Amino acid sequence: MTDQGIGASVRRKEDLRFIKGRGKYTDDIVLQDMSYAAIVRSPHAHAKINRIDTSAARAAPGVVGVLTADDFAAFGGLPCGWQVTGKNEQPMIEPKHPILAEGKVRHVGDPVAVVIAESRAQARDAAELVEIDYEPLPAVVDMRSALEDGASVHDEAGDNLCYDWELGDREAVEAAFRKADHVTTLELINNRLVPNAMEPRCAIGDFDDASGEHTLYTSSQNPHVIRLLMGAFVLQIPEHKLRVYSPDVGGGFGSKIYHYAEEAIVTVAAKVLGRPVKWTSDRTEAFISDAHGRDHVTKVELAMDKEGRFLALREQTLANMGAYLSTFAPSIPTYLHATLLAGQYTTPAILAEVKAVFTNTVPVDAYRGAGRPEATYLLERVIDLAADEMGMDPVEIRRKNFIQPDQFPYATPVALTYDTGDYEATLTAALKAADWDGFEARREEAKRKGKLRGIGIACYIEACGIAPSNIAGALGARAGLYECATVRVNPTGSIQVMTGSHSHGQGHETTFAQVVADRLGIGLDQIDIVHGDTNKIPFGMGTYGSRSIAVGGAALSNACDKIVNKATKIAAHLMEASADDVVFENGSFKVTGTDKQVAFGDVALTAYVPHNYPLDELEPGLEETAFYDPKNFTFPAGTYVCEVEIEPQTGAVEIVSFHASDDFGNVINPMIVEGQVHGGLAQGIGQALLENTVYDNEGQLVSGTYMDYCMPRAYNFPNFTVDHQVTACTHNPLGVKGCGEAGAIGSPPAVINAIVDALKDYGVSHIDMPATPAKIWRIVNGGMAAAAE
Amino acid sequence: MPSVSMTVNGKAVSGDVEGRTLLVEFLREKLRLTGTHVGCDTSQCGACVVHVDGESVKACTMLAAQADGAEVMTIEGLAQGDKLHPMQEAFRENHGLQCGFCTPGMIMSAVDLARNNPDPSEKEIRDWLEGNICRCTGYHNIVKSIKAGAEAMRG
Ligand code: FES
Ligand code: FES
Repeated sequence: MTDQGIGASVRRKEDLRFIKGRGKYTDDIVLQDMSYAAIVRSPHAHAKINRIDTSAARAAPGVVGVLTADDFAAFGGLPCGWQVTGKNEQPMIEPKHPILAEGKVRHVGDPVAVVIAESRAQARDAAELVEIDYEPLPAVVDMRSALEDGASVHDEAGDNLCYDWELGDREAVEAAFRKADHVTTLELINNRLVPNAMEPRCAIGDFDDASGEHTLYTSSQNPHVIRLLMGAFVLQIPEHKLRVYSPDVGGGFGSKIYHYAEEAIVTVAAKVLGRPVKWTSDRTEAFISDAHGRDHVTKVELAMDKEGRFLALREQTLANMGAYLSTFAPSIPTYLHATLLAGQYTTPAILAEVKAVFTNTVPVDAYRGAGRPEATYLLERVIDLAADEMGMDPVEIRRKNFIQPDQFPYATPVALTYDTGDYEATLTAALKAADWDGFEARREEAKRKGKLRGIGIACYIEACGIAPSNIAGALGARAGLYECATVRVNPTGSIQVMTGSHSHGQGHETTFAQVVADRLGIGLDQIDIVHGDTNKIPFGMGTYGSRSIAVGGAALSNACDKIVNKATKIAAHLMEASADDVVFENGSFKVTGTDKQVAFGDVALTAYVPHNYPLDELEPGLEETAFYDPKNFTFPAGTYVCEVEIEPQTGAVEIVSFHASDDFGNVINPMIVEGQVHGGLAQGIGQALLENTVYDNEGQLVSGTYMDYCMPRAYNFPNFTVDHQVTACTHNPLGVKGCGEAGAIGSPPAVINAIVDALKDYGVSHIDMPATPAKIWRIVNGGMAAAAE
Repeated sequence: MPSVSMTVNGKAVSGDVEGRTLLVEFLREKLRLTGTHVGCDTSQCGACVVHVDGESVKACTMLAAQADGAEVMTIEGLAQGDKLHPMQEAFRENHGLQCGFCTPGMIMSAVDLARNNPDPSEKEIRDWLEGNICRCTGYHNIVKSIKAGAEAMRG
């Protein structure tokens, strides 16, 4: 089955429906008698709500209901799924996050009222008629001044501090800094991003008063977690009376992990009105209601000996939480960020200090990479700057500090133990593919054409498949982080897999089927992957943080083992042999040393038609479930090389080549993995060059549409070249590590390092993202002016 | 309410619409042709591209009434029964999609490009895609798909 199984670049099973326009996204669903919700959102960053008058809206054509906070008084607020304990055992401040604003609005876009009508247009028209008397309050916008701001976002957090957190050995770090020969210091900003999955979020509530069952259709990355959070904590309805179904989802990148107010709104409204209620975000609404990503301000210092060996790293980060704590928000700048600060290096002492602040902006949460891009960016930038200050080559300084292959498993000073890796291998492959050695000639050539050329390198590490549950719990996660799979072999031998992972573009219907094909010797067309529907799948944790193959795939592999185990016993019975003598090979069970064999399909049929079956020893049926709780994270790593050319007259940056060498452990489908890398690179390069979320001093989102937020387009990128090296993960049954976020983690520092390299004659040591033409033009022309003086 | 009539994917259709009803709303909501997607409200993303009288058009930028009497082709009309259009085939072969949300618009846009420019260079493809956003693929495989699709369309 090698043409279909693990390692084969099989075409995707799901593509046929998508390319024919037959995908089924949430907004494509129409239910009998469905009504439409429009949400009235705050135009102010911070204001008191004195009065809400809904009478005109209620009287408008087609309106069937208007809801405000009072209608949700019986319910809880949106829960935060991660509790961070700060310095001195101080718990984080966790203000209520109401479904609809209660008495105050705290960011532009905060939902205040909901209008439900017969049509979407009528709902929107009527929403304009809801009169709200706001009393504007001073807004906290800039997180750097938020802690001293006077104004506060929440009464509970008067100084806007959510938590003050620290990881690392302060004394060891201070001692190392005292004896260092050189210290490199850098201040940088990790710019706020809007995830912008192409499918806007959508939610449909439905209630069946005969069964008492709620159904929520929602464009979510983890339906079971939404069911758990909303059922148990928000609406307090029994979980088994709530079905959450996420059909085809048009991208997520983290922004569809969280439990959003709209999900609770349509679920409640459907019961109140006695008919289905649909809400579909438009793009402008998405900009002010989807959780944003990144948004750190950091000071980092690297202490070295005179040979450039890293002695210690210290960083202080301010992390913006926005106006409320989104579902996973507190974990991002803490455990998902600081624990990766060792990178690929043997830095013996590290200290991270993080202050999380509330501001009157949209909540910030995980976005592709979630904490790891922020860690990698500051590390790979400060290393480049250090190399420059020490007069060292950026490759050599990295090489000198790499963790060596014989040092694994490697315990870092920031709580993780890397299982495997070979950083020299990915570095060497990347340098070769990018023709690093030939660069100076290309730089000279560019100079003759009047262009500035630069090359940049970044070596990243990431942690995928967050786990195990007991460690995640100790770090503050309020959920377990395992995954499940049920393999159902049907009587005729076809297979359905129910998985807790959720595919929103990653190709699970193909990759997961390949795992089964490989393990059970069954053709791909005989295998269907079922996901996204809490009524069909066992309790699963969804897809984010590149956990699907490392955790969900491992659960699937274990479930296949159980199938083979049981089927072997049935086969042994059929062949009147001892199970110990039966082996499973190429889809058949064979008695070793004989020519006796029985096909998998015959075993399956026997399990369901147990006329001749050892019922006293075995249950009928062939269906197995595995829950898999990993022993450790997985640690993909790699080296990215970016080469840029800058037009000095305009400041425009062209990426002339980009090469990625990754180690994702074993790879199930190389074509899909490459696609994931491409997508990640585009988001990372987008962050480095184009994307930025801008608020004005009053807290208005200035970059609130595609006209103002620069989304990467086809002409912004070159063709990427990618390859991979393999060190298999040592603690999951597939030896896989995960690949979804790598591109977005490794590329921003590679791009900025290249740009800084191109501008080195202008005395540039750093440029904040996004490196827009205007910024570069000012540097070049300011530099030219300075040079002329 | 004014009534509009048009041919969509070879079939005569008509319906009452409000004056402000967009073509994309008419297709999605009245005709239940949900392959044409809406990704934005500022005409920037191209998820809604269809063909009107043989040319690619953003269906979110055109009123249904403006398409009165027109021949409209949506993604659902591109394949001939089970036989995929060469551009659809090329997207599938070259992994030109991930979540599939931008895909119908990309394919409709690409078909128009290839009709007008049967042998587009990589640069011409990238420039042509200026009105289409994909957040998943990094465009690399979309460009590859369009090149292959155009070649297949040349026959
Ligand atoms: S929906 Fe038409 S361009 Fe975005
Ligand atoms: S494939 Fe997801 S937006 Fe293009």
